[in-house]
Amino acid sequence: MQKAKTGEFVKIHKVILDKGERASNIPQETQDVPLEMWLNGFLETEESVIGEKVTIKTFTGRLVEGELVAINPGYDHTFGEPIPELLQVGIQAREIIRNYISGNGTE
Amino acid sequence: MKNNSYESVMARKNEIMKSAVGINYEKYEIEGISFDYEKMMAEVGYSLDEIRSIQNETCVGSTPLVELKNINTLVKAISKPGKGARIFLKDEAANPSGSFKDRRASVSIYQAQKQGYKGVIAATSGNYGAGVASQAAKRGLQCIIVQETFDSKGIGQPEIIEKARACEYYGSEVVQLTVGPELFYYFLVLLEETGYFNASLYTPFGIAGVETLGYEISTQMKQLTGKDPDCVVVTHAGGGNLTGTARGLMKAGATDTKVIGASVDLFGLHMASDKDFNRKSFTTGHTGFGIPFATFPDRSDVPRNAARVLRYMYDYLLVTQGEVFYVTELLAQLEGLLRGPAGNTSLCAAISLAREMDSDQTIVVQETEYTGAGKSPYPQLNFAKSNGIEISRGNPEESVPGKSIVIPSHPELLSIKRYSMGKMKQSYVKQAKKNYKKEDFSQREKIFISEDINMPLEELEKIL
Repeated sequence: MQKAKTGEFVKIHKVILDKGERASNIPQETQDVPLEMWLNGFLETEESVIGEKVTIKTFTGRLVEGELVAINPGYDHTFGEPIPELLQVGIQAREIIRNYISGNGTE
Repeated sequence: MKNNSYESVMARKNEIMKSAVGINYEKYEIEGISFDYEKMMAEVGYSLDEIRSIQNETCVGSTPLVELKNINTLVKAISKPGKGARIFLKDEAANPSGSFKDRRASVSIYQAQKQGYKGVIAATSGNYGAGVASQAAKRGLQCIIVQETFDSKGIGQPEIIEKARACEYYGSEVVQLTVGPELFYYFLVLLEETGYFNASLYTPFGIAGVETLGYEISTQMKQLTGKDPDCVVVTHAGGGNLTGTARGLMKAGATDTKVIGASVDLFGLHMASDKDFNRKSFTTGHTGFGIPFATFPDRSDVPRNAARVLRYMYDYLLVTQGEVFYVTELLAQLEGLLRGPAGNTSLCAAISLAREMDSDQTIVVQETEYTGAGKSPYPQLNFAKSNGIEISRGNPEESVPGKSIVIPSHPELLSIKRYSMGKMKQSYVKQAKKNYKKEDFSQREKIFISEDINMPLEELEKIL
């Protein structure tokens, strides 16, 4: 079981509003689920494992309680694979410009 | 211990807001719907010179303006003879955090510092968060950004996750929530708990900060072409970009320049729906914000919204998601500018608009934004695919928001849909009646509405 040490940078999860506590003027599918929060900070509690209730100190110094969900959470978003539908855009546009300039001679 | 239930906190909204923005909005109230907009802007805002000096201190503004010569040749190649206006681009990505939102944040953070607040909070999933975090870092204030990031499965929009990364890099605390307008509730809880300044997008500070953008456009266009532009196209969401730019242009004397809004068409998707949240590829600059904020500006997080677009908007153009991704590619491949995508909504509309206009006319596209992992065409379209959205090449008119995205197979297939200004103004009146529970308005209120939607009093009488 992965353990987080006191002072380590971690992520917590917390339910802010449960089903039934939410605003009444929102779509049903949103009312049917809780309003949840994720927040990063430094572990205040003594050594803890994932899933335990812990307290963190955020970048602004606030103390917030929640369930420990990740240790040293990273940024996993990427540039991803090329989109085939976009790969011809530049090639085609340059060709249109070339044809226009050679045919028109005005540019 | 205060009661922090949803109802209790929302009931304390006005007192929390009052201490969190340092503006006594009651001072500007006149009667019912009417309030003194210009007095509020004059007393609370700053002069253009003061704003320029505030922005100079934090490296904001004075961005380059460049003619998009290769795109303009392409536009001429696909236009009728004599058509194809020249498009110029204001490269707002050159601001410290990579978008025009630094202008909007700069004055708010300066004000917060001046008034002795220890920190600032902003509710935003977009570039504004990075702007506030960056300006707060420079002025030594604490900062909390509250984002709507995930659906109930914990899946986040890559563009928003990228913004969270940027904010944390600037040293800001980032509160990430699931879908729902109760974000505002938690925002109030945090304001009350911390006593921080509400760096709202909609205070006079935020709007005044954008006025320099309009002013610079007029100055730079006069240098480059000898006159003001015929049109300025602005990506429109909450309204501050268009309002501030238009006011800046007027202050520069560019009173004949038409200010045109552009948004991505997301009709059919509900902004508060847990299911629809990840079925869109644009988290801002779309109709889901653009129309509600234009027709009822005071829905914002301050009692009186300083962003009031119907006062300034000449025309409102809609484009599709696939077209904006296409134009983002054009900008990179023809002009060497890797920017956007959401900020390229106005460029996308400008290309079709240029085809309608004469070749000696000019259009300014007034923003670009930074791009990065999660926040560029490939990751955003891959994300769409993983959410079951069909991506194809063809005619973008056939796309359906939330179901399909069509990348134009030829630049001639780029087009604009005009959303009726008359319809928006009627919708404003309808919502005003509903929100103020009135069937008719006093003469003073009618004068205010006529100014707020830029419609002569006689015409307003007819639609009332």
